[in-house]
Amino acid sequence: MVPINYYIILSAILFTIGALGVLIRRNALIIFMSVELMLNSANLAFVAFARAREIAMGQPNFSGQIFVFFVIAVAAAEVAVGLALIVEIFKSKRSIDVDQMSSMKG
Amino acid sequence: MTIDLILFLVLSLVAIATALGMLLSRNAIYSALFLVLNFITVAVFYLLLGAPFIAMAQVTVYAGAIMVLFLFVIMLLGAESLPKAQVLPWQKPLAITLAVLLSAEAAFLLVTRARPEGQILHPEDIANSMDNLREMGMVLFNQYLLPFEVTSILLLVAMVGAIVLTRKEKGEQK
Repeated sequence: MVPINYYIILSAILFTIGALGVLIRRNALIIFMSVELMLNSANLAFVAFARAREIAMGQPNFSGQIFVFFVIAVAAAEVAVGLALIVEIFKSKRSIDVDQMSSMKG
Repeated sequence: MTIDLILFLVLSLVAIATALGMLLSRNAIYSALFLVLNFITVAVFYLLLGAPFIAMAQVTVYAGAIMVLFLFVIMLLGAESLPKAQVLPWQKPLAITLAVLLSAEAAFLLVTRARPEGQILHPEDIANSMDNLREMGMVLFNQYLLPFEVTSILLLVAMVGAIVLTRKEKGEQK
């Protein structure tokens, strides 16, 4: 059995990489993928904590897993709308560089 | 060191390496493929943590649907031009070595986890049984029914929103 701490550390590392991606990349698609990576690392922490709670309580407990299920569903919705927005921005600006999305007018 | 710990360490190396590859690669398509690999690795972590349903949902929804959508948009925009097809000299031997390693590892796990009478021993019999899934379904549809329905409404709203956003306006010249 792997200690829960290891999972939490891995989750923190993945989250940091995702946050770095949001900060240093200028391609809107890559930024989006980094956000997905951060959501994913949070999910990993959720499942790890759910497992720790199961072991501590000695009986199965599904609240953490169900929360992860909801996070996955919300991420799917977010991706659908976000990618539609990126396609629209590309249509009007011919670029998805976030540095060029400075004007409020379309 | 137990088998689980070795598996965890190797897989966490893969997860971190693919995340860094996603972050650092210049080509958006490579980034998307690295991210697919990362999601699959995290799905294996879910299996190790005794959450088979979440692992399968991760593979189908994240690695399947969401990343296909990403690849579709990358291709649609064509913003990233593929580099010239260059043959890497070390690519084929490396790929063959990794494939042999993977199959050896899988065979090793299957053989060592098998009982003498031919049954495959699960990492956690209770966690991966059907009872577990049934219990989870009961909790989901009893205790968390309202959030579940709200999620379905959210997905509907997202679907309509995506269609409305990308629809051509009437009389618009494109």
